[in-house]
Amino acid sequence: MNELTKVIYNCRKATYLIDKRFIGGITFRETVELRIHLIGCKVCGIYMEQSKRINEMVRQLLKSEKPPEIKLDESFKEALQAQITAEINKN
Amino acid sequence: MFIDGKMTTPPARHLLDPQNWVSAYADFLYRYAISRVNNEDQARDLVQETFLAGLQSQRNFAGKSSERTWLTAILKNKIYDVYRKKVNGLKTAEMNDQTGEEPDFFHEDGHWKQEHQPQAFGVDDFDPLANKELNRVLLLCLQKLPALWFSVFTMKHMEDEATEMICKELRLTQANFWVIIHRAKLNLRACLQRNWM
Repeated sequence: MNELTKVIYNCRKATYLIDKRFIGGITFRETVELRIHLIGCKVCGIYMEQSKRINEMVRQLLKSEKPPEIKLDESFKEALQAQITAEINKN
Repeated sequence: MFIDGKMTTPPARHLLDPQNWVSAYADFLYRYAISRVNNEDQARDLVQETFLAGLQSQRNFAGKSSERTWLTAILKNKIYDVYRKKVNGLKTAEMNDQTGEEPDFFHEDGHWKQEHQPQAFGVDDFDPLANKELNRVLLLCLQKLPALWFSVFTMKHMEDEATEMICKELRLTQANFWVIIHRAKLNLRACLQRNWM
């Protein structure tokens, strides 16, 4: 079996190329192989769609402001403030 | 200052005011840390370390960025230290053996195993704006990833770091890097399918 037929019939490799393509880019040859695979494989088509969506979601998750109720407790902040003041006065 | 023969005023230089750090930035830095290390105690320690390191290196502050940007950069370096330590703590066998929750999604011939095949979802299913609950599930699924995968995935997808930089920081080969990106995504997607759809 040559390399081309391997990708065409191999979902593991196809999904690997899908994930790599989103963030790093793949070669022309790999692009062609992936295209052929996707023509015949509906499941990997679904994977591609969802993989892309997950990338967007993860990105958005960290870029978005966290809810203000997540914060340090006051006693920790007071101790931290005291520590910083002490450090400043040392110099 | 002369640029192209014209007189310009230099940009305002930012100053540091450490007395004000806790009230102005502690919560912000804590939120930044917690979404990247997913551990309250560790996030707290990181905020403390960031302020102390900031005090030590005030001299290096050039005033070009804001105080907040400067402190965030210190914190980010500290978070990467945490990632690095976690990865270095793994033995080579463990690194190769990290499989996540699922042993394998594919048969030996490379076809999807029936039970792991991605299921189509509705248009709104993966829309976090439509459902806050989805973000919570996503975070949970991220936390389930093995430490190394979580680090690689976060650095790439959340911080947009260059692949070369991540490989260097975590001492990975490029080939390893892409395998990890792929496995992390397979697991994350499967976790979402199980817990969300």
